Parts: sequence; C-alpha cells; structure tokens
Amino acid sequence: MPDIEAMHHHRHRGAVEETQSPSGHGSDLAQEVEAMRIQDPDRADEGLLRLKALGALLVLLRLGPVLILGVLVVIMANLSPVFATTQNLGNVLAQTAVIAILAIGQLLVILTRGIDLSVGSSLALSAVVGATVFGSSDGGALTVLAMLGTGAAVGAVNGLVLVYGRLPHPFIITLATLSIARGLALGISGGQPIRGMPDVVSTIGGDSATWLAAWLPNSTFLVAGVAVVTTVFLTRIVWGRWIYAVGGNPDGARRLGIPRSAVLISVYVCSGLLAGVAAIVTSGRLNAGSPTFGDLAELDAIAAVVIGGASFLGGRGHVGHALVGAFMIGVIRNGMNLLNIEAYLQLIVIGVVIVIAVESDVLRGRLESRFRVLQAAAS
Amino acid sequence: MSDAPALAVRGATKRFGAVLALDEVDVVAQHGEVLAVLGDNGAGKSTLINCISGVHRLDAGLIEVEGEEVSMSSPAVARAAGIETVYQDLALFDNLDATANLFAGREQAVPAWLPRGMRWMRRSEMNRASAERLRRLQISLPDRASSVGMMSGGQRQAVAVARSAAFASRIVILDEPTAALGLRESRQVLDLILRLRSEGCAVIVISHAMDHVMEIADRAVVMRRGRVVGEEVPRPENRSRLVSLIVGGES
Ligand SMILES: Nc1ncnc2c1ncn2[C@@H]1O[C@H](COP(=O)(O)OP(=O)(O)O)[C@@H](O)[C@H]1O
Ligand SMILES: [Mg+2]
Repeated sequence: MPDIEAMHHHRHRGAVEETQSPSGHGSDLAQEVEAMRIQDPDRADEGLLRLKALGALLVLLRLGPVLILGVLVVIMANLSPVFATTQNLGNVLAQTAVIAILAIGQLLVILTRGIDLSVGSSLALSAVVGATVFGSSDGGALTVLAMLGTGAAVGAVNGLVLVYGRLPHPFIITLATLSIARGLALGISGGQPIRGMPDVVSTIGGDSATWLAAWLPNSTFLVAGVAVVTTVFLTRIVWGRWIYAVGGNPDGARRLGIPRSAVLISVYVCSGLLAGVAAIVTSGRLNAGSPTFGDLAELDAIAAVVIGGASFLGGRGHVGHALVGAFMIGVIRNGMNLLNIEAYLQLIVIGVVIVIAVESDVLRGRLESRFRVLQAAAS
Repeated sequence: MSDAPALAVRGATKRFGAVLALDEVDVVAQHGEVLAVLGDNGAGKSTLINCISGVHRLDAGLIEVEGEEVSMSSPAVARAAGIETVYQDLALFDNLDATANLFAGREQAVPAWLPRGMRWMRRSEMNRASAERLRRLQISLPDRASSVGMMSGGQRQAVAVARSAAFASRIVILDEPTAALGLRESRQVLDLILRLRSEGCAVIVISHAMDHVMEIADRAVVMRRGRVVGEEVPRPENRSRLVSLIVGGES
C-alpha cells in the first residue's frame, strides 16, 4: 500500500538534497529542469493532490472485495431473518469449505500466471479412489492417504507435462486432465456412488464441533488450518517468495537463479493435493465417493480467486483473497436460496460479479501506471 | 586481491544457427575500472553479456574470474562466482517490493541445514540490509515497502543496480543502463556506476550514449559483427575514431 505521507516527505527531502549538493558531474540542462521544478510549487502541489487522490482510489479498489462481501452480508441479513442465525451460518461455512480449499490451491497456481481446470475432476477421482480403498481395506489412514495422493498425482501430471512438455500455457493440459480424471472416476466407480467412508473422513467433512458450538462444522477448522499454513508458506518461506517471483517475471526469475520449473510443478502438486483435501470434506459430508462430485468446482475456485481480488495476471494475491471470494460465492448462493430466487439468477449474478472483478483488476493496473507516472513527475 | 584480472574472457565463440554472434572474443576487465563495450545493434554485445552471466553457454572459449576458470552453466553459477548483471530489461519483479527484489534468488533464511527453498526468511534482517545498501548508494525511494512496479523508470533502474551491488559482487555488468532514462535519472545511474567502481568492482557497461561513455569509462572496446575490432581510452580527441570503429567506416 503506498504510503502517501512518506512520499510527501521524500519529495521535499529530495529537493533539498539536490539543491544543497549539486552533483559535480550534473549536466546544465538537468540542473535547469530541477530549478524550474522547485520554482513552480503550484504545479508540484497539484500533482501531489492528484497523486493522493489516485492513491486513495487504489486503496479503495484493493479493499473492494471485502467491502462488497460486508455489504452482501448486511443486505442478506436484512432481507432474510434466517440468514444471520448460527444455524444458517454453519450451513454457509460447510457449503463454502470445499470452494475455499480449492480456491487456495487455485490461488497458488494463478499467482504463477497459471490456471488449473482439473481440480473438480481430481476431487471426484480422489473421492472414488478413497471409497474404493476403504471398501477393500477398511483403513482410515490409508483411505486419507490415497485421497491426498490421488489429488497430488493429478497435480504432478499437470505440472510435469506443463514444464517438460514445454507447453506455452497450462490451459490445455489441465483441460485434458479434467477430462481424464473424470473419466477415470466414472470408470473405477462404474458410474455409481460408492457408499461408506472411514470415521476420520466423515468426522472432518460431516460433523460439527459439538465441544465448541453445535452449529460450527469441523470443516471450518480444516479451512482455517489450510489458510494459515498456506499464508505462512507464501509469506515466510523462501519457496513462497519464489512463487511470487515466478508469477511477477518468469524469465527474470530464471536469470536470477530461482528454480522456475520446480516452482511451477510444485504449485500444481499443491493444487492437486488440496483437491484431495476437498474430496475428504465432500466425501465426509455425503459419506460416499461419487464420480459426480466436484462438477464445475474448478470454475467456482477460479471465480473465487478472481472476485476475491487476486490478479488473474499473476504475481499478486494472497490467501485472504481466495477466502473472501469463496465466501462471496457462498453468501450469494445461500442468500438467494433463502430468498427463493431461482438458480439461473444465481448463475447470472456470479457471472456479473466475475466481470466486475476482472474489470477492476484491469482498472487497478491502469491506475497504478498512472500513479507511477505522476509520482515520477513529483519526485 | 590477486593480480589476476577480475574477469577475463578468452576466445569466446557463440553461434545461433547460422548467425555467428561471437567470434573469438577476448575481453579483460580489472578491479576498480569501468569498461565500456560499444557497438552497433546486432554487434553481439548482449550475447557476450548473456554468456558471461550464464544465460547462454559459450560454444568455445573460456571465462576466468580472478584467474580461475569458471564454467558458466547457469545464472546461479555466475552469481555465485561474484558476477552480477543488470539486464537491459532489468529483470525486476514488479509485484514485489524493493527489498524482495534486492534479495531475489538469495533470500536470507534459516536454518542452513534445510534446502534453500524450505527455509524461513529473515525478513527484518533483509529489510535492514536493503535500507543500509540503498543508503550507501544514496538511492532514495518513495517507500521501500511499495512494489517496484509503482516506481519511476529511474528508481527501478536504481533498484536493479543496487541489487547487482547488494552482495560481495566483484564484477557488475550493465546492459544499456541509461537507454530508457531521462537526463536526471541517467545522472543518478551514472553516479551509481562510479560508486561501484570506487568500491573496487570491475564494471562493464554497454551503452550507446557516447557522452556517458566519455564520462565514466576508463577503457572502451568496440565490437562489430561478433568480433572485437578495437580498443580505446575514451577521450574527446578520439571520439571520432571510436565512432568510426563502431560503424565500420575504415578497415
Ligand atoms: N537468442 C538468440 N537467438 C538467435 N539469435 C540471436 C539470439 N540473441 C542474439 N542473436 C543474434 O546474435 C546477433 C548479436 O545480437 P546481440 O548480442 O543482441 O547484439 P547487440 O546486443 O550488440 O545489439 C544478432 O544477429 C542477433 O540477431
Ligand atoms: Mg543488446
């Protein structure tokens, strides 16, 4: 966030420095330009004012998604007496958990300028594999491992083919695994849901935290855990910094010795792994593994990241964006259900929100470059 | 410091398909000097720099750093050997702040027994070190915590130069560092280059700006069609000779 006060200071300090210590090699023209600048305080002040206004606008744009979520919640609470009940809040949390987990994985991918279309299908394949493993082994830990491993494996295929197949963009490979994973899920399950999930899975996905509050679903803790771990990873661990670097300037990252290929592969593995985590939540809630799970969930995840305020162009965004976006989708769906608004309208509303979000990302980019120009003139 | 030159390139040859971009190039740079590399577009200057920085591999020839041959197989190897490059496009991360840019690819992090990527970043140490480095180079930024993408051309260039000077670098290479800058900003970058020199770095500068070369360079080599065609001490009286070497009027 730009610190307007500091910039203000800088401008004056800079001017003083340069008048006090005219550099020995300074060209005459440069000094003349500088002198003109100092003698024209009106122009400088006007520039500073516009800089401040732009800075404020940028802050507003960045806060936009949170504000919109807040407004949505207030509107819904006023329109429907049921919305603000703890019971319903628990519903929203449970319904949002899967989107939120997938969105955090998608965020990692989008940070590197990528996209992962396969997560919904990976979720289904993980669930079906998990149910099958549980059916033949009865082991809870083994089932969980199988589900996580399946998701990570699909992610590894995405990442490896992207990097070593020298694909220009991950769209095609993740579109392919979207199809392949769904096909495998249908094939393995014979097209039918497989009933039965181990206790760990149904506890995580289906039960609520009765020891704390009966309405609070356990999956909320899982979401919080994933969010905290991912945030720490992105902001404190070197690898997380490299994810941002690869998204900000892929070729620059390579020239500075950052292992770009490994970073790219890792984000797809993480996204797949989180699809496996989301499969645990879904399977636990429904006590089954079905090949129809996670249908179109990849679109929810991508939408959540974008409307939450992360940049679709890569390099900018954090876990908070994914969560805010996921909750926006959750609140819109839940609220419109409560108000008996038909499903087709929900789809349209979410679509419109996506357009608004992408446009404000573009607008932010433009404003930032205007900001840069103004600041260069003012400094 | 040994007597060996900071950097010696010997017999460097590089081909791109049918194009012979470097043809047995010899270049030597000493500590505490600014060496200018001049030449028309397509002369091979950027290719030479990319080979020294480990971005491209030489087809033939060798590169010595302080008398020791180093096989520049990747940018990481070159950086480890003390060679820092300010690329023509700066290779900055617009989405990260100045400190993150200064430390990109070699973040300070612990513990040492973990693989580099898995370590915990020492963010306050890095912030302190970058503030100190920017102060020493007399670079003032509006706000070190704002992303580099929000900075002006001159500030960005300054961050890129500061990054190259941020560590125990012995050789700093700059590709057209003032090409995109206005008068005042060029001035700042030229001063930065002179400061690097006074710190004992060997500085190699590619530039088209003859005035800048005259002012800061101790020596200039001229390249044409992948070969080194001449060397001069840049002084006003041999300016025209340098220009004719560049355009190839004689010989
Ligand atoms: N990556 C590359 N692939 C193919 N040809 C290249 C590549 N880089 C440079 N060249 C060619 O090598 C020659 C030298 O280019 P370059 O080193 O960029 O020149 P300069 O920097 O002096 O303008 C040119 O003919 C250019 O087209
Ligand atoms: Mg060039």
